[in-house]
Amino acid sequence: MITLTDFMLVSAALFCLGLFVVVSKKNAIQVLIGIELMLNAAILNLVAFGKYDRVNNGGQMFALFAIILAAATTAVALAIILNVYRQYKTIDPDKINRLKD
Amino acid sequence: MMQALFYLMAFITLGSALVVAVAKNLVRSIFMFFVTLFGLAGLYVLALADFVAVTQIVIYVGGILVLILFAFMLSGKETLAIAQQQTNRFISLNNLPSVLLAGLFLVVIINVIFKADVNNLPWIKAAITSQVKVSDANINNIGINLMTRYLLPFEAISVLLMLALVGAAHISRKEEGSI
Repeated sequence: MITLTDFMLVSAALFCLGLFVVVSKKNAIQVLIGIELMLNAAILNLVAFGKYDRVNNGGQMFALFAIILAAATTAVALAIILNVYRQYKTIDPDKINRLKD
Repeated sequence: MMQALFYLMAFITLGSALVVAVAKNLVRSIFMFFVTLFGLAGLYVLALADFVAVTQIVIYVGGILVLILFAFMLSGKETLAIAQQQTNRFISLNNLPSVLLAGLFLVVIINVIFKADVNNLPWIKAAITSQVKVSDANINNIGINLMTRYLLPFEAISVLLMLALVGAAHISRKEEGSI
């Protein structure tokens, strides 16, 4: 029998991998992928708890909202990344150290 | 059977996420992220959330991943060069701090999970014993709940999504003259 703890352990491991990616990578797109991994870990937790709430379906509903939120985040973040690339010709977050004026 | 499938899906998800974390090649890590998303969709199905699984595939794989690939292609040769010269093995002196951070965080979260002992929460035990049947009416139920009980978050998220898309279009617009 798969219990809730199993899902939460998978989710914890996924979250930590995402954290590692966010902290260690030198490329804004990879940092964004790390953030997506962390968001997915959170969504997995929501869905796993939602398994036990079949009447109101709160878990699944907020998992859907979180997926939409992730889509909005990605769209804005990629627009920012493209703009940064246009100005600096690099997307290494360490090298971006000037304000506009 | 369910257990074997769960372990298979968990293995696929975590293994491909590990490849995403350690891959030197940016393109490879993006495509392994694709595999991670499919593994997660499988896990959602095992948690009896088929609609969320399908939404995950449609939005993440169809939308977000294509968007990431586009940004990667548009940001040119420079990023490829950076990605190639970035020689990071998993454990090297450069990213020892981040490995340490992620590992310690994992220890903390696992401790919390075992302390919380979620399997014995009262409402979860009640849900296991109450025998609400797993049926095909799941999507039906989601639709009705979305229009009644969760109407306010639904509207809020739709306004937010529109704002985000307009904002993204505004940010990525080419400015004439300035810059």
